[in-house]
Amino acid sequence: MSQATESDVTEDGVIESVSGPVVKAVDLDARMNDVVYVGHEGLMGEVIEIEGNLTTIQVYEETSGVSPGEPVESTGSPLSVDLGPGMLDTIYDGVQRPLDVLEEKMGSAFLDRGVDSPGIDLERTWEFTPEVEEGDEVSRGDVVGTVPETESIDHKVMVPPDALEDDETAEVVSIESGNFTVTETVAELDNGEEVTMRQEWPVREQRPTKNKYTPRTPLVSGQRILDGLFPIAKGGTAAIPGPFGSGKTVTQQSLAKFSDADIVVYIGCGERGNEMTEVIDDFPELPDPQTGNPLMARTCLIANTSNMPVAARESCIYTGITIAEFYRDMGYDVALMADSTSRWAEAMREISSRLEEMPGEEGYPAYLAARLAQFYERAGYYENMNGTEGSITAIGAVSPPGGDFSEPVTQNTLRIVKTFWALDADLAERRHFPAINWNESYSLYRDQLDDWFVDNVADDWPELRQWAIDVLDEEDELQEIVQLVGKDALPEDQQLTLEVARYLREAYLQQNGLDEVDRYSPPEKTYRILQGIKSFNDEAFEALDAGVPVEEIQSVEAAPRLNRIGTTPDDEADEFVSDIEESLAEQLRELY
Amino acid sequence: MKEYKTITEISGPLVFAEVDEPVGYDEIVEIETPDGTTKRGQVLETSDGLVAIQVFEGTTGINRDASVKFIGETLQMPVTEDLLGRVLDGSGRPIDDGPDIVPEERRPIVGEAINPYSREYPEEFIQTGVSGIDGMNTLVRGQKLPIFSSSGLPHNDLALQIARQATVPEEEEGDEEGGSEFAVIFGAMGITAEEANEFMEDFERTGALERSVVFMNLADDPAVERTVTPRLALTTAEYLAFDKGYHVLVILTDMTNYCEALREIGAAREEVPGRRGYPGYMYTNLATIYERAGRIKGEEGSITQIPILTMPSNDITHPIPDLTGYITEGQIIVDPDLNSKGVEPPINVLPSLSRLMDDGIGEGLTRGDHGDVSDQLYAAYAEGEDLRDLVNIVGREALSERDNKFLDFAERFEREFVEQGFDANRDIEETLDVGWDLLSMLPKQALNRIGEEYIEEYYQEDEAEAVTADD
Repeated sequence: MSQATESDVTEDGVIESVSGPVVKAVDLDARMNDVVYVGHEGLMGEVIEIEGNLTTIQVYEETSGVSPGEPVESTGSPLSVDLGPGMLDTIYDGVQRPLDVLEEKMGSAFLDRGVDSPGIDLERTWEFTPEVEEGDEVSRGDVVGTVPETESIDHKVMVPPDALEDDETAEVVSIESGNFTVTETVAELDNGEEVTMRQEWPVREQRPTKNKYTPRTPLVSGQRILDGLFPIAKGGTAAIPGPFGSGKTVTQQSLAKFSDADIVVYIGCGERGNEMTEVIDDFPELPDPQTGNPLMARTCLIANTSNMPVAARESCIYTGITIAEFYRDMGYDVALMADSTSRWAEAMREISSRLEEMPGEEGYPAYLAARLAQFYERAGYYENMNGTEGSITAIGAVSPPGGDFSEPVTQNTLRIVKTFWALDADLAERRHFPAINWNESYSLYRDQLDDWFVDNVADDWPELRQWAIDVLDEEDELQEIVQLVGKDALPEDQQLTLEVARYLREAYLQQNGLDEVDRYSPPEKTYRILQGIKSFNDEAFEALDAGVPVEEIQSVEAAPRLNRIGTTPDDEADEFVSDIEESLAEQLRELY
Repeated sequence: MKEYKTITEISGPLVFAEVDEPVGYDEIVEIETPDGTTKRGQVLETSDGLVAIQVFEGTTGINRDASVKFIGETLQMPVTEDLLGRVLDGSGRPIDDGPDIVPEERRPIVGEAINPYSREYPEEFIQTGVSGIDGMNTLVRGQKLPIFSSSGLPHNDLALQIARQATVPEEEEGDEEGGSEFAVIFGAMGITAEEANEFMEDFERTGALERSVVFMNLADDPAVERTVTPRLALTTAEYLAFDKGYHVLVILTDMTNYCEALREIGAAREEVPGRRGYPGYMYTNLATIYERAGRIKGEEGSITQIPILTMPSNDITHPIPDLTGYITEGQIIVDPDLNSKGVEPPINVLPSLSRLMDDGIGEGLTRGDHGDVSDQLYAAYAEGEDLRDLVNIVGREALSERDNKFLDFAERFEREFVEQGFDANRDIEETLDVGWDLLSMLPKQALNRIGEEYIEEYYQEDEAEAVTADD
């Protein structure tokens, strides 16, 4: 949070009333969305309404004991974040205060009030390597040099977007390599602008870009049901709605761990404290499947747990996406997980109701849909100001009350996002994980990503996928009949279809997130498993045509081994499947 | 401390008074009625000149002449180790005729959030001795795992059983003094006197009282007081856990009554209601209770929470269980159908869940096969449950041999695994062995969730044959 370094506090006001996180002040000279410090303890807040002489402030900290008559100070600038090296491998609260620094400053495991801290370490020095020379022309957004931020990521130092006009260029008059802090000048331009590693940016404002493109590369997640059936593009948007206990957080965490993004921004918005602790504990230990470095080296965590102040929950989503945009500007592919957007919407509702605004649907403010759309629109595949290409993939969990998808947050989200991964309590109950319902979910990116899968994995990727979808659809229809008359009443070919569908569910769609091998399935293996099941299907139907009874086909010994492919190490999987295919053919052909 | 006689409005549990000096948000207020009784309240809203006060003990007897005193501090709980063994009312005053409590410290009851960075991830297995929990939905130290129940079900017996039996196995041996036992903080909100007696008798009978602190807000006590009772209980728990190194088990019952009290205050303040009339901030409010569980790095103690709530008309989508489920780390569901079948405890494992289970079980913690066995039991029981609907329509004869085995499995699972009585204390080995007895009914090939090495080690061949022979 950048205000820590500012000392331009301007006008003073006086508190008029306090009601939970909403404080009203009189005689305060502040603009809309300016950050203010409230009361003797200097609690951080933001101006959200101005009416006559009365200014309404949402306070990001507990307000117990704050009373009318205490002072309010305005900083004169909107809620901003510090952008610069040091954001990765860090855990922030909703207003970008590093939680480890807070622990140290407060001297306690409990979050005290009125303690402030800059978002990036101002003392630490970084080794700067210039990318341009003196005399070079640069325009805004251009990279002037790099610093090694973590073992995985080279941090690009860029000319701030507000340093120059659009299309304007400036000459670099001095630049040198060496060790600098984030506030020291690393390059000087001929228009007098001094470039530092640190930039400040207001969180509610999108960082500028040149163009937005249609995304055509998948974000490979290593989750078979996602990559195989409902892929998401780099730069795409997705929603994961589901009742509690259906695995939203587990799915989000799997994506954060295994997706092939360069940078992951993980926002724990109004969720459980222990879940964030789990991420903090796990990520430094787990290797990034792309680079082998610790996952934390590419991750920035933002934690506003459910018992932390509600106003900071409203802001944490913006803090997260602004950080994501900064890395996108460097040309990286960023994946942003927001868990959960429902808590964010509820924070808006809570503030709105304290302001006595006229409520929209189910008490949510009328601007709910607009805010959700604004957030997801900041995702996308972009051409940056400096000509590089980068993307932000936004994946939001939704927690609908009672698991009912007809509620406003789910519905308004679905109007915007293009991928929908519906989590299902029934599947979770029978421990089918990931509990993503294949009949309800969809991905509108499927067709535009096919080219990539054909080029990079297999020519018949789209056809094989369609076959799997057809079988699962047919199973869904047959199950209705089975519920009425029992399986044995079905004709033999349909019984066999059910058997094939069962392998699709157990060997392909199910994935054991706890198994060291199975938790990440590369696209090649995902494809190979499907191929294996298809081989079983083809051989089995041939046997059936030749007059073999379906019971005999079902009890063929090699078939259950299909369920073990997932846990077979990636480099042995191909051979293992070939082996199953051979035994299947052999054993089935023996029957006729 | 300033005294006013300036009450302008009294409405339900709320009193509005004019003031000429600023009053802090959340501060404590004492109101003295003309007949001399003193009632306590809390500032809900403060502005220049007018404050809204929520009165804990009800507004009966307050009139315009009542005097209002602002204490100048937020609500505090006097804490000391001597609280162990004491019974207090819902506002934290002793009601057991014991000596006065000499506090070591007074703590604000609105606890501060634990910094997620400072938390220690909970992963120490707690053995409750209940198979439905230990085997299928394992509780760990520092977890918050509520019991979702309905009216007329024995959730209290289950809670008592857990309070009695809960231990952390590996510490049991070395520590002769029973150091692995939990200090129990019991927070009752709006329960009947009869239920209260049941709890107290059990605490006294088993000697658990001396390691317990009891907070009692009964059904006929003021409803508004219920909003502070759990916070008093948790403030005490935090003191014992993180200052004195105790492992604390907090039982809160009944959270439904707490939420009703929240709704009552919200309605009196004429707030815009959320779902079913409950306030829009109920999620945040409940979180400030449930999130006060956990472990902290470098601290000896821990807080494990078992809140109990009764789901109105057994509806899990009702706002109270719904919001609770989104905050807590799982839920244990007590089921009316199992109860009427006579299964004790009637835990329905299918919709139950423990989110922290995976890290608390396995080799070195419980037993290597635990995770696989539990997964397989789940899958097999779910399959058997599905078949029950079908069998009602087509009859058993129409089902295949495999299906019949799963039906039998579901029946035996309820009768032998879940059912154990409220007095039986099964250790984890026993629980898993019962699990294997049942799994061995099924053909080996059907055990697709279990690693081959475990099938090799634990599967009982003769069991499967015995069953086939019976047919």
